[in-house]
Amino acid sequence: MTDIGWIELALTAARPQALGALLRYFRDLDTAEEAFQEACLRAIRTWPDKGAPRDPAAWLIFVGRNSGVDQIRKRAKNEPLPEEAAFSDLSDAEEDIADRLDNSHYRDDILRLMFICCHPELPNTQQIALSLRIVSGLTVPQIANAFLVSDAAMEQRITRAKARIAKAQSERRPGDKGVVGFETPDAYERAARLKTVAAMIYLVFNEGYSSGVNNPDNITLCEEAIRLVRILLRIFPSEPEIMGLATLMLLQHARAAARFDEAGQIILLENQDRSLWDTKLIAEALAMLDKAVRHKSGGPYQLQAAIAALHARAEKPEDTDWWQIDLLYQALEHLQPSPVVTLNRAVAVSKAEGPEEALALIATVAAPLDGYFYFHGVRGGLLMQAGQTAEAREAFDRAIGLANSPAEAAHIRMQIDRLGELRS
Amino acid sequence: MLYAILCYAHEETVFAWSREEEAAVMEKLHAVQAPLEKAGKLGPVGRLMPTTAATTVRKGRDEALVLDGPFAETKEVLLGFYTADFETLDEAVKFAKDLSAVNPGSSSYEIRPFYVFHPGQITASEAIV
Repeated sequence: MTDIGWIELALTAARPQALGALLRYFRDLDTAEEAFQEACLRAIRTWPDKGAPRDPAAWLIFVGRNSGVDQIRKRAKNEPLPEEAAFSDLSDAEEDIADRLDNSHYRDDILRLMFICCHPELPNTQQIALSLRIVSGLTVPQIANAFLVSDAAMEQRITRAKARIAKAQSERRPGDKGVVGFETPDAYERAARLKTVAAMIYLVFNEGYSSGVNNPDNITLCEEAIRLVRILLRIFPSEPEIMGLATLMLLQHARAAARFDEAGQIILLENQDRSLWDTKLIAEALAMLDKAVRHKSGGPYQLQAAIAALHARAEKPEDTDWWQIDLLYQALEHLQPSPVVTLNRAVAVSKAEGPEEALALIATVAAPLDGYFYFHGVRGGLLMQAGQTAEAREAFDRAIGLANSPAEAAHIRMQIDRLGELRS
Repeated sequence: MLYAILCYAHEETVFAWSREEEAAVMEKLHAVQAPLEKAGKLGPVGRLMPTTAATTVRKGRDEALVLDGPFAETKEVLLGFYTADFETLDEAVKFAKDLSAVNPGSSSYEIRPFYVFHPGQITASEAIV
């Protein structure tokens, strides 16, 4: 790895803590970002010669804070910047920096930085874009690529989202919804922020997961989401639902290489080449789930992770413990009732008991899921298994009409072809 | 004399390596190990998962406490290294608690799952007391 490559990794790793501290200090996202940017430029100039500081985040906070204060002063009084020499010999001061910086805030700084991207008025796509820009430090073209939009459109989207947050922040009243306080949060507020941030990280993951192989940049989104959840785990090591979320994402990402064929067609779980699954990620995920379960405090992420783990543990599709998966889905339905969960449970029921039982189950959610691609896809598959080919054909046609991507439509067409083979 | 070589690194940077970067580093590490291995002097080699996968068992007043996360206090240093095959984390925790109970000098046992485990080929020698 080159020097610059190493420095970039260190800057990315230090970013949430350093930018989070600068945000607390300046209470303004733009000022904090500018200050961080300036500190990074100085790092790239000085680290190759002087070597990296022992605590990169502390160095960046110290340099960024000085640079930000100067910028504010410069804007206020139109004074010239101080000489470079005033900053140039920072390595000697490093011991000092570590003492002067109040490290006890750093968990809340990182959490606040993530939380500020989750403003309730921002649509999901803007929350994802903003957190990739602010927390992860991806460039606008990188994010635009992941969303398949132009750089200019993405730039505008991010600028608008930031303006919305800045407006909400400047008009803030204590206790307002969606406004981020800069004082140290209490335990209740901290838990609420953690929950919101976890949901945002899962959105980032799903954005990458659902667009899949057609856009390699989206593999990066999945990896970035995993990096973010690891940061959360480091600052909040005893939260079983955060462990559950980490497990869930690791297990889903472990299947990345097996989920699409060379033509970009979806390969269903039961048809995937399991030797392509990433055993390293699966091992980490199973260890993480074991840790979570010890807390005996279940939740939706842990339940979904446990379901994914049963799939990961099965060496062959026929080894899958469908009965256990059905039970876990029942627990999930109880905790988080949703027709989509019931639909997923129906797949487990069809494997454990048969297509007729599954069809009876999904009949209960037919109304709310009438406009949902997966509902008609699953229903078509079940009808096909039950030998009701005409009804199956009808369901598949509905599914094609509702497909969200060419890959989804192509997958259903393959099913229809199989249907034709069954008939002939 | 046998030695344990414990590798410490900046975790967030190491786990930000791309697959290619990681493969390159591993290849170099293997090359360094190869002569020792050839000479029959290489013992068990393990790579640990990130500290997010760690659990710590800390001696309590009555029973040892189980904490999530790595053992991070620097005043106490790593003194021993066990490897074993456990079905569940609970089995591993029980083993660490049992160790903790009979060892008056111990304070913490960190339980870390392995990514990779090579049993190696050296045999126990005078190091065993």
